[in-house]
Amino acid sequence: MFRTFGPNEVWFIVSAVQWTLLLSAVAFAGGAIGGLVIALARVSPIAMLRYPALIFIRVFQGTPLLMQLFLVFFGLNILGVGINPWVAAAVALTLHASAYLGEIWRGCIQAVPPGQAEAAWALGLNYRDRMVSVILPQASKISVAPTVGFLVQLIKGTSLASIIGFVELTRAGQIINNATFQPLTVFSLVAALYFILCWPLSMWARHLEARFAVATQR
Amino acid sequence: MNYKFNFLPVISNFDQLIAGALITIQLSLGAILIGLIIAVPCALAKTAGPRLLVWLVNIYVEVIRNTPFLVQIFFIYFSLPALGVRFDPNTAALVALSVNVGAYATEIVRAGIESVNEGQVEAGRALGLKGHQIFRYIVLKPAIRTIYPALTSQFIYLMLTSSVVSAISATDLTAAGNNIQSATFAAFEVYLVITALYFVLSLGFSGLFSMIERVAFRYPLAR
Repeated sequence: MFRTFGPNEVWFIVSAVQWTLLLSAVAFAGGAIGGLVIALARVSPIAMLRYPALIFIRVFQGTPLLMQLFLVFFGLNILGVGINPWVAAAVALTLHASAYLGEIWRGCIQAVPPGQAEAAWALGLNYRDRMVSVILPQASKISVAPTVGFLVQLIKGTSLASIIGFVELTRAGQIINNATFQPLTVFSLVAALYFILCWPLSMWARHLEARFAVATQR
Repeated sequence: MNYKFNFLPVISNFDQLIAGALITIQLSLGAILIGLIIAVPCALAKTAGPRLLVWLVNIYVEVIRNTPFLVQIFFIYFSLPALGVRFDPNTAALVALSVNVGAYATEIVRAGIESVNEGQVEAGRALGLKGHQIFRYIVLKPAIRTIYPALTSQFIYLMLTSSVVSAISATDLTAAGNNIQSATFAAFEVYLVITALYFVLSLGFSGLFSMIERVAFRYPLAR
C-alpha cells in the first residue's frame, strides 16, 4: 500500500530546502569568483585572455545546463573522482554561474563611462588601482539588480541536480511522491517552496532596478 | 587517467540523435508559437485590462518565473492526471514549454507595447492615417522590432531548457542520448556529442535570427 502523506512527509520535503539553498550558495560563491575572473578577462587589453573568456561564455550560454551537469558528472568519474552527485552539481553549477555572472559583470564594467578609466589613467593609476578603486566600485553598483536576478535563475537551476541524483527540494518531492502517490499535493508544495525562495528575490531585483533607473535619470 | 574514449556508439546511433534533435526543434518552435498566442492577450490585459485580469496575469507570470521548469513539467505530467487531465510525454512537454515561455514572453511583449510612444500615434492621426495603418506602421512594426532581440534570445533559452523534458521520457535530443547511453555505457562521449549538437543548434538559430533581423527590420533606415 501507499504511505500516507502526513507531517513527516511534509517535513522531509521542507527540510530538503536546506540542500537547495546550500547548493545555490556554493554555486553562487564559486560563480562570483569565477565570474569576476571571466569578466576581467573579457575586458582585458590582452587578446589571449579575451578570446578564451568569450568562448567559455558562449559555450556555457549556448548549451543546456542539464548537459553541463551530465558532462561534469560523468567527466569527474573519468578523471577518477568517482560518481558523486554533490560534487558534480556544485562544480557544474559553479562553472555555469561563472559564465553567466562573467557576462553580466562584463556589461556592468563596460557601462561605467570610459572617461572614468581615462581620468584614472591620466592620474597615473596602474591597472590594479584603476580597477579596484575606480571601475569596479561603480560597476558593482550597476550590477546588483541583474546579479540578484541571476540568483533566482540559479536557485531554479539547482532543481536539475535532482536528475543526477542529488537529493534537494525537487528530488525530495519525487521521493515522497513515489512513496505516497499524492502528486498534486507533493508538487504543489515543492512549487510553493521554490516560489517562497525566489519571489522575494525577484521583487527585490525589480525594486533595485526601478530605484537605479530613477537614480540614473537625474 | 587511463580512460579509452569510444565514440563508436554515438556514430552508429547518429540517426537516433538526428530524430531527437528534430523533436527538440519541433517542441521549441511549437512552444514559442503557442507561448506568443498566450503572451499577446496577457500583455494587452496587463497594460489595459480590468484590475482582476491584471491580477490573474500577474499570478501566472510570477508563479512561472519563480518556480523551476522541472517542477512545472512534473506538475503537468504527474499532478494534472489527478485532476483528470492526462497527456502523453511529448504533449506534456509541449504544454509545459508553452506555458513556461508564455509567461516570459508576456513580459517581453508588454515592454514592446509600452515602448510605443503615444505622440507618434497622435502624429499618425494628424497626418490622416487610417486606424489600421496607424496600428500596422506606428504601433505593430516598431513594437515587433523592439521585442525581436529579446524574443529570439528567449527562444534559444527555451530550446536549451527543453532538454529537461527528457525527465518525463519525452523523446527529445537529450532522451535519445539517455537511450544510447544506457545501452552502450559510453555516457561521457554521448553527452559530449549531444552538447555539441545543442551548441550548433543555438549558433544556427541565432545566426538565422540575426539574418532575418537584417532583412526584415531595416526600417526606418531604408525601405
